[in-house]
Amino acid sequence: MSNHEVQGILVGHGKLAEGMLNAIQEITGSREGLYPVDNQGLTPEALEERLSELTGEGPSVVFVDLPSGSCAFAARRLQHRRSEMALVCGVNLPLLLDFMFHRTLPLEEVIERLRSHVGISIEQPTDGDSAVPGR
Amino acid sequence: MAILLCRVDDRLIHGQVVVGWGTQFGVDFISVVDDELSQSEWEQDLYRAGLPDHIDARFVGVERAADLIPTWAANIERGFVLTRDLATMRSLAEQGVLEDIEINLGGLHDAPGRRRVLPYLFLGVEDREELDRLRRTRVEVSAQDVPSARKIGLEELLELRSE
Repeated sequence: MSNHEVQGILVGHGKLAEGMLNAIQEITGSREGLYPVDNQGLTPEALEERLSELTGEGPSVVFVDLPSGSCAFAARRLQHRRSEMALVCGVNLPLLLDFMFHRTLPLEEVIERLRSHVGISIEQPTDGDSAVPGR
Repeated sequence: MAILLCRVDDRLIHGQVVVGWGTQFGVDFISVVDDELSQSEWEQDLYRAGLPDHIDARFVGVERAADLIPTWAANIERGFVLTRDLATMRSLAEQGVLEDIEINLGGLHDAPGRRRVLPYLFLGVEDREELDRLRRTRVEVSAQDVPSARKIGLEELLELRSE
């Protein structure tokens, strides 16, 4: 691993982190640079310690599901003593894939790329153009 | 009465509280009773940063909370009271400010000296002593992590075998 590579830690409720990394593996054939953390059964201190071990002192991005979840709060606490750590709330697969393919960039550039993904896409059939047969 | 959930949970404000219980009850404020946190502005900011705008977070020490809880209970706003440990909640109960309020045990996780009683509840000797003291206050106590889970009363909880 080069010193410039940004570490990605994915922390989620239940089995979300492992599940999303399985999907990444299936799509790209690799999950290098991304580490899953499952919050189940962990005290806030234990969760923060686990994140601390995985992020190390180098540049890192911690991805979490909910902004108001224990994973996000543990990451925010850690961020208080990590100058090169970004927290991304509301993780999704396009975001993780972008990160995977660009994590050799400097942290600031990685963050800029991730910012461009913020927002969701909702697609609906327009009148007379229903996607559902028989409607 | 507007204290809808009075909960012991070492994660304090987190997903189950905000989304699980908060959505169910339409909560307006969450009051964290914790001497240490009430003195730490940066940690308070950290919790506020994760909350939706419509939920107000308050952080007070135990002494102040004992004064405020009757006001919160009589208020039209709907709130939750959280402590990170049993000792803090027991202290409030012993001061007589939790009458008619049920205590919810929502999360005490694995730590040295503790053994698993439920997936979200690990108890050690000191925790059991605190529960005994809580029982003597005659305040109702039950364990339930999320609204859809079965509520387990204190007597049943104390009879469960720990692993």
